[in-house]
Amino acid sequence: MDFKEKIFQSITYIASICTIVFLFGIILSLFFEGLPVLNFTSIKDFLFSKDWYPTMFPPKFGILSLIAGSFVVTLGALVISIPLGLGAAIYISEIANKRVKEILKPLIELLAGIPSVVYGLFGMAFLSPFLIKVFQVPIGLNAFNASIILGIMVVPIISSMSEDALSTVPNSLREASLALGANKWETIMKVVLPAAKSGVISSIILGFGRAIGETMVVLMVAGGAAQIPDSIFDPVRPMPATVAAEMGETAIGTPHFHALFGIAIILFIITFISILIIEFVVMRRKK
Amino acid sequence: MKFKILAILTVLAVLAVPAFAQDNRLTVAGSTTVLPIAQAAAEAYMDMHPEINISVRGGGSSVGIASIIAGTADIGNASRHAKTKELATARENGINLYENVVANDGIAVVVNPSNSINGLTTAQLKSIYAGEVQNWKELGGPNKPIVIISRDTSSGTFEVFNNLVMSDSPVAAGALKLASNNAVATTVSNTPGAIGYVGLGYLNASIKAITIDNVMPTKKTIQNKEYPIARTLHMYTNGKPTGLAKKFIDFIVSAKGQEIVEGQGFVSIN
Repeated sequence: MDFKEKIFQSITYIASICTIVFLFGIILSLFFEGLPVLNFTSIKDFLFSKDWYPTMFPPKFGILSLIAGSFVVTLGALVISIPLGLGAAIYISEIANKRVKEILKPLIELLAGIPSVVYGLFGMAFLSPFLIKVFQVPIGLNAFNASIILGIMVVPIISSMSEDALSTVPNSLREASLALGANKWETIMKVVLPAAKSGVISSIILGFGRAIGETMVVLMVAGGAAQIPDSIFDPVRPMPATVAAEMGETAIGTPHFHALFGIAIILFIITFISILIIEFVVMRRKK
Repeated sequence: MKFKILAILTVLAVLAVPAFAQDNRLTVAGSTTVLPIAQAAAEAYMDMHPEINISVRGGGSSVGIASIIAGTADIGNASRHAKTKELATARENGINLYENVVANDGIAVVVNPSNSINGLTTAQLKSIYAGEVQNWKELGGPNKPIVIISRDTSSGTFEVFNNLVMSDSPVAAGALKLASNNAVATTVSNTPGAIGYVGLGYLNASIKAITIDNVMPTKKTIQNKEYPIARTLHMYTNGKPTGLAKKFIDFIVSAKGQEIVEGQGFVSIN
């Protein structure tokens, strides 16, 4: 084999090995630093107690409130982003003419390019007082605020991935449906969308993963109260916000430090499962 | 031959640069409360001594103390005292954590300007943060639910507040816990029922500081310890500061340095 080619091959080989090494390095250190939390609390107390008082004496490391906070804002975000993202995808792929499409597509993708701290500032300085005024609630930094901001952030993920999936549906399907007398609406809802189902589902799960892992926004606008919310207007403390807010001020090697890594393990497992589901959905389509 | 000499000289020059820079370089890391002081002082010091290079990082009080123990910084900033555990870890590693007091800081309790409350007692403040008093009218204010705003439980500011006001009993679970002084100031300014606490340097016209036990947080009341929620800010070194670290800390506690401290909204130690 040519010498040059061999060098090129080994470079790409090393690159791929490196990413795997980094991945396993991160996973290993995550578990290495996170599992010791079980020396200070039982796994049942850690997962199912809602008392998060890490700096009290004695400290309490129950993360149920944090898990609840994460899921409330993430599900809220999906309720907002699925109709918006999917609606935009359907419009761009099926209804808009070429010129509108060429303007709309990059504009929506521009949303993904806005740094999350800018979203956070927007939620803190504008949306919070706005919610207080409009909904007559005492607190503007709450689960609802975080859901709206996260929802807007997830829209470009859902819309661009769903749009890709919709546009790969062969035109013959649309033509066949229209030829059978179905109108455009019926064709989209009953033929195109079901045919693109796996791509659409993948985009939603990816959006879920993005929302549950997003840190800056929830740190800034979710309110940070470690409690199980009674309403969407209560402040919550999602998992990533907890880790980000507390890690810098925690002495290394303390139970609190290990508990924060324990939260990171839970987050990792949740996103890992969501990626597995995507792989499963995509694999099934390929078969 | 000529080429060889040149090569050797080049190598020596490259090796000499870091050795030479070592004496002129100072790394400061730690508490975000002390950060503005350290940054402004570093800029002023480097203006006077252009050959000196001081790099200042944040990270939090624990990071400041941990980097002294790990030897990754020359000066570690902390808005609290070193904990027993940190002192023990330092001793194990042969490090002697030495505390240099560089400034005074008062924690002002603030409410929304629309609130008619002008003062509280420490006991009232504690019952608000414990979640026992939930409406301003119970304290003679407007009929509005109290929105408790606290700092994150691991921040140095929270620790001081928790210690001096709460006597280490828990803050209500429903309290908002925000990540920075600025976030607290912003939220109090746009939330009518809010009460929060910030460093004296973060007071502005859009939030209203109130008296605690009839004492207004001012430079004077913090210096003479009349105001109940006050603390000292520290720069930790490994043993008594020497060399450049000593010169820098001496500069901060000098009259000129304390002017910078005041300029950043803190209270001088003199």
